[in-house]
Amino acid sequence: MSLFLDFSLLLMLIIIAFAIARTRDLFAAVMFSGIYGLLSASFFILSDAVDVAFTEAAVGAGIFPILMLVVLSFVGRYERSERRLKPVPLLIALGCGAVLFVAFQQMPAFGSPDGPSHQHVGPRYIEESPSEIGIPNMVTSVLASYRGFDTLGEVVVIFTAAIGVFALLLGATGWSGHYLPLKPSSMSSHKILRIVGKMLIPLILLFGLYVQFHGEYGPGGGFQAGVIFAAGIILYTMLFGMQRAQRVIPLQALRLLTALGVLIYGSVGIVSILSGGNFLDYSALLPDDIAGQHVGIILIELGVGITVAASMTLIFFAFTLASISAGESDK
Amino acid sequence: MILDYLNYWAVAMLMMIGLYITMTQGNLVKKLIGLNLFQTSVFIFYISVAKVSGGTAPIATELSDLYSNPLPHVLILTAIVVGISTLALALSLVAQIKAKYDSIEEDEIRQQDSE
Repeated sequence: MSLFLDFSLLLMLIIIAFAIARTRDLFAAVMFSGIYGLLSASFFILSDAVDVAFTEAAVGAGIFPILMLVVLSFVGRYERSERRLKPVPLLIALGCGAVLFVAFQQMPAFGSPDGPSHQHVGPRYIEESPSEIGIPNMVTSVLASYRGFDTLGEVVVIFTAAIGVFALLLGATGWSGHYLPLKPSSMSSHKILRIVGKMLIPLILLFGLYVQFHGEYGPGGGFQAGVIFAAGIILYTMLFGMQRAQRVIPLQALRLLTALGVLIYGSVGIVSILSGGNFLDYSALLPDDIAGQHVGIILIELGVGITVAASMTLIFFAFTLASISAGESDK
Repeated sequence: MILDYLNYWAVAMLMMIGLYITMTQGNLVKKLIGLNLFQTSVFIFYISVAKVSGGTAPIATELSDLYSNPLPHVLILTAIVVGISTLALALSLVAQIKAKYDSIEEDEIRQQDSE
C-alpha cells in the first residue's frame, strides 16, 4: 500500500515537472512548483523523513511560491521565447539520465537495510544517540550535536544570503531606512481574507513556537520553526500591507535578529571551549553530560530559529520594498 | 525486480527535466524554477536512500527498533533551507538584471551586450 502511494506520488511529480517544462505562463509554473513542493513533502512523510517533510512543506509550498510571485510582479508574467525541442540539450539531459540509470543498477534495492549508507555512522546514531544525547529525535541529535559544526556553517550561509539579498535589492537604490509606502495593501478590501487571516496568524505563530521547542521530542526544530514563523509574518504583511508590518517588526530589528541567531550559535561553541570541552561540545556546559547536551541543543536551535525566521522575513521584505519602489519609479 | 529501482528512475527522470529546462529556456525565472526541480530530485534521491523497509521515522520509541537512517534526513533538512536562501539571492540578481536591461530573456540580454 505504501509502495503504491509512493509510486503514484512520484508519478504526479513527474507529470507536474513536464507541465512546468511546457507552460509559458510563469505564474502557472510557480503554482505548479508549489504543488510540486507539497507533493514532495508527502513523499518525504511516506519515506519516514518527517522533519524534512515539515521543512519542505513550509519552504516548497509556502516561501518559494511567494518569493517567486513577488519577483514576477516586476519581471512580467509571460515568457517571450518560443518553445521548440532543442536537440543538443536534450541529448545532454538524456545522456546524464542514461548514466544515472546505469549507475542505479549497482545500488542496493529501495528500502534494503544492507545498503552501504546504513552500515557506517547511521547505526551508531540510531543506537547510541538516545542514551548519549538524551533526546528521542535522532535527526535533532545529529543536526544539533554530532554535526553541530556543519549546521553552524549552514546557518552562516543563510545569514550571508540574507545580507546579499538586502544589499542587492535595497543597497544600490540608496534606500534610506525610513521608507513607508503610503498605498494600502491590495488585499485590504478582501474582508474574508483579513478576518480568516487574523484568526490564523496567531495559530501559525503558536505552532511555530511549538515546533521550535518540541523539536527534541517530536519532529521539528529551529529550521522548520523559523520557516513557519516567517510564513506567519509574511501572511500578515500580505494582508495588512508593508506599513503595518513595519510597525510590528521594523527592518532594523530584523537585521539585528538575523545576526543575533548566528551569534547565539557561535557563542554556545565558545562557551563550551571556555568550560573545557571542544567547540560545540555541549557536554562541557554543565557537570551532567546529558543536561549539558539539552541546554546546548535548546540554545543552538533557538539561534537557528531566530536566524532562519529573521532571514526569510528580511528577504521577503526586501523583495516587497524593491517591487514597491520599482512600481513607483515606473509612474 | 523493477519495483526496487522505480524510485531512483523517477529521480533520474525529474533530474533530466530540471536539467533540460535550465539549459534550454531563455527566461531567467524559468531557469531558476528548473534548477529548483533539479535540486528537489537530489532531495528525493537522498531520502529514498535513507528509507529502510519496515522502519519508522527516526524518533526513538518503545514501539519499534527499526528506524530509517537519520543522517540523510539531516543533510536534506538543512539543504532545503539553504536552497531557498540561495534561490532568493539568485532572484535578487534577476531583479537587478531586469532593472538594468529591462528584460530577463537570455537572448535579449546577450543582444544588448553585443551592441
